[in-house]
Amino acid sequence: MASLAEPESRTSDDDFRQEVQNFLAKNFPPELKGKSNALSSVEGPTEESPAERAWREAMGAKGWGTPTWPAEYGGGGLSRKQAAILNEEMAKVGAHNPIGGMGVMMFGPTLLEYGSEEQKHEHIPPICRGEIRWCQGYSEPNAGSDLANLQTMAEDKGDHYLVNGQKTWTSGGQWADKCFCLVRTDRSDKHRGISFLLIDMDSEGVDVRPIRMISGVSPFCETFFTDVKVPKKNLVGEEGEGWTIGKRLLQHERTNLSGGGAMASLMGASLADIARHYVETTEEGEIADRVLRDRIADFEIRWNAFLLTARRAGEEAKASGGVSEISSVLKKLGTKLGQERAELAIEIMGFQGLGWEGDGFSEKELQGTRGWLFGKATTIYGGSTEVQNNIIAKRVLGMLDHQ
Amino acid sequence: MAVLNDEQIMLRDMAREWTQNESPVTEWRKVRSGGDERAFDPAAYQTMAEMGWTGVIVPEEHGGSDFGWMSAGLVIEELGKTLTASPIVSSTLAASAIMLAGNDEQKAKWLPKLASGEAIGTLAIDDNPRHDGKVDGTKASGGKLTGTKPFVHEAHGADIFITASDDGLYIVEKGEGVSLSTRKLADSRSHAAVTFTDAPGDRLANGPDDLLDQLLDRARVLTACEMLGMAQAVFDTTLDYLKQRVQFNQVLATFQALQHRMADLFGDIAMMRSAVEGGLQALDAGFGIPRAACVAKVTANDTMHKVSREGLQLHGGIGMTDEYDVGFYLKRARTLEADWGSSAMLRNRFAEIGKY
Ligand SMILES: Cc1cc2nc3c(=O)[nH]c(=O)nc-3n(C[C@H](O)[C@H](O)[C@H](O)COP(=O)(O)OP(=O)(O)OC[C@H]3O[C@@H](n4cnc5c(N)ncnc54)[C@H](O)[C@@H]3O)c2cc1C
Repeated sequence: MASLAEPESRTSDDDFRQEVQNFLAKNFPPELKGKSNALSSVEGPTEESPAERAWREAMGAKGWGTPTWPAEYGGGGLSRKQAAILNEEMAKVGAHNPIGGMGVMMFGPTLLEYGSEEQKHEHIPPICRGEIRWCQGYSEPNAGSDLANLQTMAEDKGDHYLVNGQKTWTSGGQWADKCFCLVRTDRSDKHRGISFLLIDMDSEGVDVRPIRMISGVSPFCETFFTDVKVPKKNLVGEEGEGWTIGKRLLQHERTNLSGGGAMASLMGASLADIARHYVETTEEGEIADRVLRDRIADFEIRWNAFLLTARRAGEEAKASGGVSEISSVLKKLGTKLGQERAELAIEIMGFQGLGWEGDGFSEKELQGTRGWLFGKATTIYGGSTEVQNNIIAKRVLGMLDHQ
Repeated sequence: MAVLNDEQIMLRDMAREWTQNESPVTEWRKVRSGGDERAFDPAAYQTMAEMGWTGVIVPEEHGGSDFGWMSAGLVIEELGKTLTASPIVSSTLAASAIMLAGNDEQKAKWLPKLASGEAIGTLAIDDNPRHDGKVDGTKASGGKLTGTKPFVHEAHGADIFITASDDGLYIVEKGEGVSLSTRKLADSRSHAAVTFTDAPGDRLANGPDDLLDQLLDRARVLTACEMLGMAQAVFDTTLDYLKQRVQFNQVLATFQALQHRMADLFGDIAMMRSAVEGGLQALDAGFGIPRAACVAKVTANDTMHKVSREGLQLHGGIGMTDEYDVGFYLKRARTLEADWGSSAMLRNRFAEIGKY
């Protein structure tokens, strides 16, 4: 990925650390300490407070919300080392990264790789500043795991495309400004008939209907396109290249879904800490139920092995360049462990861990319940666990259907 | 695979080439049917020593290469892949005990010999058939040891036994006061009940308070390396088999039920590798060792267990035959799973370390 190559480091690490400290002292509003915006994309945007806005703008101006993206498009232009320093210093003062969402996680890196210069200059800077929300228009009622079966049609009308069809499960569709979409430009070829198109959500003919999820919120929508006009400059890559570009984006999605991002932020306190709070302990402060204690240790050991794997994959990717097919393995492992953890937490907390709303529960407990339910989606979206298994078996292990 | 330096890549490639060409599983079959109680080929061990593998963790001043634990692990993993029988793990651990707690004289006397393969060492720790990290049966008094260690690996070829007693660790040489009763285990390797009767010992007195735990953590990690190689080999062999065996006019590899089981194992082995390498890295860094050793060995135990069972199942009837290799791995796996801590025992230790 040439566009994400490491820039020459501008200053020494110590100088840079000092620069970060000064910046944080000046710009990070203390009242935001320990807050996160990780769940905002799940539950929808909350009203931005003045402090939150100031913090987002300060980070956005520096490009530090997307620290390793090239500075010429509004990124931080930092080396990985510097980005790590930035992270450390932010963690020290309890500062979160206010710039996030699908633009950062998946669309940005993909556009940096496949977009034209013009497209990069148009779309990347607002992502770096956290101004534009992107949503993902991939799935359709009859195109889930079999994504290439998608039927939403983009007809060539000379200077624009005319788009008709339906997407579904569009996360954040009701709040998004723009949608990166897989559309069909050719009915005669399943895979090579797909193109990657950027659609403004406020275009005429776009209609979104929120769907309610088991966790009670409605973070995703059905999205209908009826005679939507999309300028040709919004085609990324060539016509027919959508499948290649779209799959690349999924690799970024998987990497984010498994390791850092959403899952890690749902983790919070260690299970042992939770258990010591909710169940009986011995005089020495140990969990009295030895079987439960054993199961927690079992989980924590496996979680440790997973974190080591995520780290190893990162190091290997750095050595070889770019995301790899190991992303399928990480996604499958990380999401499963995340779900196991949520289930174990409920078992530890008893009914206190099943609170839905109202009196008798802390905010954290209520969030835990919703998080447990929402977490069930992680093995379904971004390519389900079964689909990851197919990818691993066929592409990594070479267990092909036709041999 | 961790990102390796040039030295390590060379060492691993050398080990891979030698094991695949000179020491495939057929060599183990020869050793097994040869009937030598030591259950390894001394000439092969000598070759390994000449290539420097027996001294990888030993400091240069004592005749080793001081390449560190990661390097040692890479070699052990390759040896595990082909079930190369040798006392290299035992002897490396014996050396590490002396490095941890020996005085200058003890180091000068034994480390060069262990590093050159001239002497073989092993650990005589457990007083019980099931490892529990406790030593309650072997007594030391006036420099003489008395007690029985029911299962000592590589005992028949060992020149020295690093022996745990109620007074810490001792170096005990074979000979006076040391007697062996062979214990044949399913893995056909060298094991014996070793009885010490007023056996003269040389105390390893310079170690830290938790010397035994530190030694055991090293044993856990290095054992896990052998298991990693074995698990990888079972996986690779099984995958090859599924790609050639035809039933219902299809190669088995095209059945999705089997594809997903292999994908699961692939993920498990990826985590096993990370956990084992994490243990080696902790040993090299000298930091966070007890936790990392638990993670390494528990993950290795659980994964090896699953892979050895699945590997056999996916071979069908042929997997049950002595003629096929996969059964060897299953039998060896259980010995190593029991070594230095079952998963249950080590989860408990992990919980204790974390004050759960
Ligand atoms: C919370 C949430 C958010 C989402 N957000 C978005 C979004 O923003 N944008 C977007 O485009 N999509 C989004 N999705 C959709 C998601 O990508 C799809 O749900 C997913 O691709 C699975 O498709 P499906 O739901 O049609 O299930 P199906 O494909 O019908 O699968 C049903 C079951 O069959 C299994 N299965 C399917 N095919 C195979 C096979 N070949 N072999 C073995 N098993 C198989 C699946 O694993 C699953 O268990 C979201 C989904 C959820 C739950």
